[in-house]
Amino acid sequence: MKKTVKLMLLTAIVFGVWSFTKTEKAIDNGYKVGDYVKDFKLENIDGKMVSMSDFEKAKGFIITFTCNTCPYAVAYEDRIEALNKMYEEKGYPVIAIMPNNVKVKPEDGMKYMRARAEEKGFTFPYLMDEGQRVYPQFGATKTPHIYVVKKTDKGNMVKYIGAIDDNYQNADEVKNKYVEDAVNALLNGKEVDVTETKAIGCSIKV
Amino acid sequence: MKKYCLIIIVLLLACNQEKNNNNISDIVVKTEESKAETVDLIVYDYNTLEPLLNKKDGKVYVINFWATWCAPCVKELPYFETLNKEYQSKNVEVILVSLDFPKQYEKKLKPFIVNKNLISRVVALNDVDSNTWIPKVNKDWSGAIPATLIYKNDKRAFYEKSFNLEELKKEVNKFLN
Repeated sequence: MKKTVKLMLLTAIVFGVWSFTKTEKAIDNGYKVGDYVKDFKLENIDGKMVSMSDFEKAKGFIITFTCNTCPYAVAYEDRIEALNKMYEEKGYPVIAIMPNNVKVKPEDGMKYMRARAEEKGFTFPYLMDEGQRVYPQFGATKTPHIYVVKKTDKGNMVKYIGAIDDNYQNADEVKNKYVEDAVNALLNGKEVDVTETKAIGCSIKV
Repeated sequence: MKKYCLIIIVLLLACNQEKNNNNISDIVVKTEESKAETVDLIVYDYNTLEPLLNKKDGKVYVINFWATWCAPCVKELPYFETLNKEYQSKNVEVILVSLDFPKQYEKKLKPFIVNKNLISRVVALNDVDSNTWIPKVNKDWSGAIPATLIYKNDKRAFYEKSFNLEELKKEVNKFLN
């Protein structure tokens, strides 16, 4: 009898530790600089499915997790559009992905994404992370959250993770344009200098 | 209650002298606004905020990073308020660090403090160079809010997550002995 109890206890402890490390890992998971990004297939606001592999001429991508409802994301909308205008032709288009659970944030639903894109004149794809499967692979935690990836023979490699620049309040007072610097370096065949930055953002709604 | 009625009546009369078409709800809004104006909000940049995150006076500090526009932050605020009330005697203090945009201080943050009757100390952090200061709060913080720092002297714990009251108490209890 005692043995059974002991065995049960041991099992409980093992499982406890296992499940703990599992959740710890889940938080820690996600792409790091140097990792290869798995392609996705997500619905755009025009109803078409979009993958990175669709962009044959692209040299890489500026993947932006963003949404309609986060003031920080909204503060960057025009700058995201400007990035696409600046880099799409050069081979680094923006792909925006909306990662929130629309049951928690109905105003981030497809209908509203479409309306916002029209209102702001977005020229980049604005995709719905249906089922919220893509953002955890990236390890995105907030909006806005940017990943610059470079197309290589082995796949799309993460070169930069973080913020667009260092001033969310005022685009005119920006001192460091992190994403621009990263993409410019890659276009010039150089290594990215600042590969990771931190910024305040809205937690992704699950 | 009688007092409030009296105040409203006096206000009504006062307003009536200026304008006859004011109704009570207008007046209530006005008094809330004027109350909001009296809220004394200290605005820090990270350098001036830092001492608040590094006191060594034996007290347990619960520092919550939030904003009025952050729904999960607003949802968990009552738990921090309850904690502040219930744990005051245990030498625990809650400080709510607002990351609202400066242009919202008057319009949103101050009225929010008044309307929700916040008893915890509310300060504002206005420092755009987040890439510099976020890692100083905690090296693992991605920058998503809500986020909470609990510390006592040199012992620190950081949580990039939402809390319920039970979890919050459990974490704070680890700092009490």
